[in-house]
Amino acid sequence: MLDQFKERIRAAGNANEPLCIRGAGSKDFYGNAPQGEVLDTRGYTGIVAYEPTELFVTAKCGTPLAEIEAALAAQGQCLAFEPPRFAADSTIGGVVAAGLSGPRRASAGSLRDYVLGVKILDGEAKELNFGGQVMKNVAGYDVSRLIAGSLGTLGLILEVTLKVLPKPVAEATLRFEMKQTEALDKLNRWAGQPLPIVASCWQDGALTVRLAGARAAVEAAQQKIGAGGTAPESFWTDLRDQKADFFSGDLPLWRLSVPSVAAPIDLPGTQLIEWGGAQRWLRSDAPADVIRTAAAQAGGSATLFRGSPESKAAAGGAFAPLPPALLQLHRNLKSAFDPRGIFNPGRMYSEL
Amino acid sequence: MSTPTPERASQRRHSAERDQSFGDVDRAGLLSALAGALPASCLLAEQEDLKPYECDGLSAYRRLPLAVALPEDEAQVVAVLKICHHLGVPVVARGAGTGLSGGALPHEHGVVLSLAKMKRILKLDPYSRTAVVQPGVRNLAISEAAAPHGLYYAPDPSSQIACTIGGNIAENSGGVHCLKYGLTVHNVLRVRGVTIAGEVVEFGNHALDAPGYDLLALMIGSEGLLAVVTEVTVKLVPKPEVARVIMASFDDVTKAGDAVAQIIAAGIIPAGLEMMDKKATAAAEPFVKAGYDLNAEAILLAESDGTPEEVAEEIAAMRAVLEKSGATGIAVSNDEAERLRFWAGRKAAFPAVGRISADYYCMDGTIPRKRLGEMLTAIAQMEQKYGLRCANVFHAGDGNLHPLILYDANVPGELERTEAFGAEILKLSVDLGGTITGEHGVGYEKIGSMCVQFASDELRMFHAVKSAFDPQGLLNPEKAVPTLHRCAEFGRMHVHHGELKHPELERF
Repeated sequence: MLDQFKERIRAAGNANEPLCIRGAGSKDFYGNAPQGEVLDTRGYTGIVAYEPTELFVTAKCGTPLAEIEAALAAQGQCLAFEPPRFAADSTIGGVVAAGLSGPRRASAGSLRDYVLGVKILDGEAKELNFGGQVMKNVAGYDVSRLIAGSLGTLGLILEVTLKVLPKPVAEATLRFEMKQTEALDKLNRWAGQPLPIVASCWQDGALTVRLAGARAAVEAAQQKIGAGGTAPESFWTDLRDQKADFFSGDLPLWRLSVPSVAAPIDLPGTQLIEWGGAQRWLRSDAPADVIRTAAAQAGGSATLFRGSPESKAAAGGAFAPLPPALLQLHRNLKSAFDPRGIFNPGRMYSEL
Repeated sequence: MSTPTPERASQRRHSAERDQSFGDVDRAGLLSALAGALPASCLLAEQEDLKPYECDGLSAYRRLPLAVALPEDEAQVVAVLKICHHLGVPVVARGAGTGLSGGALPHEHGVVLSLAKMKRILKLDPYSRTAVVQPGVRNLAISEAAAPHGLYYAPDPSSQIACTIGGNIAENSGGVHCLKYGLTVHNVLRVRGVTIAGEVVEFGNHALDAPGYDLLALMIGSEGLLAVVTEVTVKLVPKPEVARVIMASFDDVTKAGDAVAQIIAAGIIPAGLEMMDKKATAAAEPFVKAGYDLNAEAILLAESDGTPEEVAEEIAAMRAVLEKSGATGIAVSNDEAERLRFWAGRKAAFPAVGRISADYYCMDGTIPRKRLGEMLTAIAQMEQKYGLRCANVFHAGDGNLHPLILYDANVPGELERTEAFGAEILKLSVDLGGTITGEHGVGYEKIGSMCVQFASDELRMFHAVKSAFDPQGLLNPEKAVPTLHRCAEFGRMHVHHGELKHPELERF
């Protein structure tokens, strides 16, 4: 399989033809339109090493996320960054390439925070190892974390090593009736206190908060912050996997990544707020420049997360444009890893 | 000697193959250009003024730079970098100079760019739990400024009283609490920096992510090779209400190592999990009087923090695991004074060892925890082989081992034996599935050991990343990533997993 990958990459390089690196394709919608002939990673599969007491798992790129999560769950462990599962057969390679994190991100950290090492094939089909299986490793540049979230534009991820954590002992979900302004204020004040709040979601006048940790800590926090209601566990999995009603329908879905303290962002459409205020989902057909300007004014950026090809074209691409100096660094890095520009061209930016 | 014209400077080219020669740098031209860009108080060029900058925390290696620039603001940093870029002069950025790998060792034909004067906390906002600071701000100063708000900056390297946040970015510093709270890379939101061309670039922002590649992660731990940091936004986190620590003694290091694995297997991520071997406790105890069991082969410190209820629950759980794992003695801190006393020996392990030996050399390999017993046994054999003593302190939770090799630099040959001892430990770290550096960086010191850990293609890619930021190779040359020529020359050519690492290169 590995030899086939290398052969495909060399052939694509020689012919100057793009390759579309793809696992299950559950995130084909994400970023700009995939281009090139599909290089399917699903045949390269399997957990290579999982050592619960060393807190890491290493898996080949085509391994289904579900398989990894099941293996971890059997040992009472988890991927704390809760990557979204847009399909039952999502692969770990796609999860790392997309770099997306779920509801617990604000407290547990993001996917890239958990990446310990990668093995990749670069644009010349060279097999390269970066990072490793240990928690602390500063030998060489942190290429593993650069690869995370690079949408397959820098190389074919062959193997990844992720840090894993024990599942929380206890969890509880609380719900409050609350206006957006008050919810944002509460979330930021709570975040400054030693409370075991691991996820939050505000939508339509209701703030839902998830507590997790030691049993005693969860119980004490429930006493401290009090609440009128609760929600089932499925609330968080639906949010994580975007199965909640908010995410259905055809209206463009924008993801605004802003400082948690940003005031309510007044834009046409409906919003759902996660990550203690730092991630604001927007369903809206307002013009892209209006949305991007509002996000930038709030100190962040806006991604057209789901939208038709036309809406992405009208937005100038899925992702917010980069300042010229940063874009130049991106171009330089792209040509370092993929000098012939064969990996997922244009998927992140048209220049890459 | 010929004058280095800007034309020649522009011909400089960073390469993966060979280190460049900077012998043609024109000192007089450089000094006059710098004098035009900096106030007189911000430029040092007299030999006696340069002397304090000749080394960092790794004092075995010393060199004088041509000049030391001490900019007071970002505009001056830009000016210095533009001059050096134009003239093709190496630049070594420096914070407090506490680094332990020679990362801030000056270049003999270069400028040391000290960020020590840029030490203001620009903004500390308890509501957003962030602080915007200049690179010369000390690590501990951030936590001190945040303390009135019940917040602190989590990474706590042992040098935190002196080391600066700019240096922490360069090294991706950790500390004794990073198993639970993460490294620098997990606690920084944004880095503003200047490229060698003098261009100001922002990596990250005050949101939780930024569009494009994760250049923030790439910058952190890049050892001053990619850009010079001028401003940093760090995350502040709530100070836990309570912290308590268990001190457990073991009559066998392997048992202590197994106890660590059992704590993690029980689903506990302690706030701190540290181990000291008998030689380390023997050095520390007379110095700090922490009450360590001097008969124990290993002492384990396991800390829990959080709400009082949470800590009580976790301490009880850890205690049960430690008892089951064969601890010969267990004590739990009852108050803050006792907690600090238990920690005192670990925190002071380095200076304590400094009291019993003329010099010591601190290693920084990381290994999978389960290989600890093998490593310590091998180190004991190496002590015999090299005729040197070695005390071991260990960030047991994350596998980061700090063997302290005791030597006397005044005894001819001891430094060389110490270096060989250290290199052998690092090679074994790689062979056991670990890395040559967990948190101190490669710097100048471990550049040879990089050839053990990485193959030529990987080193070439590191150099390509370097060239993406600094095509002329002016920022901290000859550090962190070895050229292939250097690897070929590296005295001990290693065969790793049965493969010769750089087969295509000529041997010397």
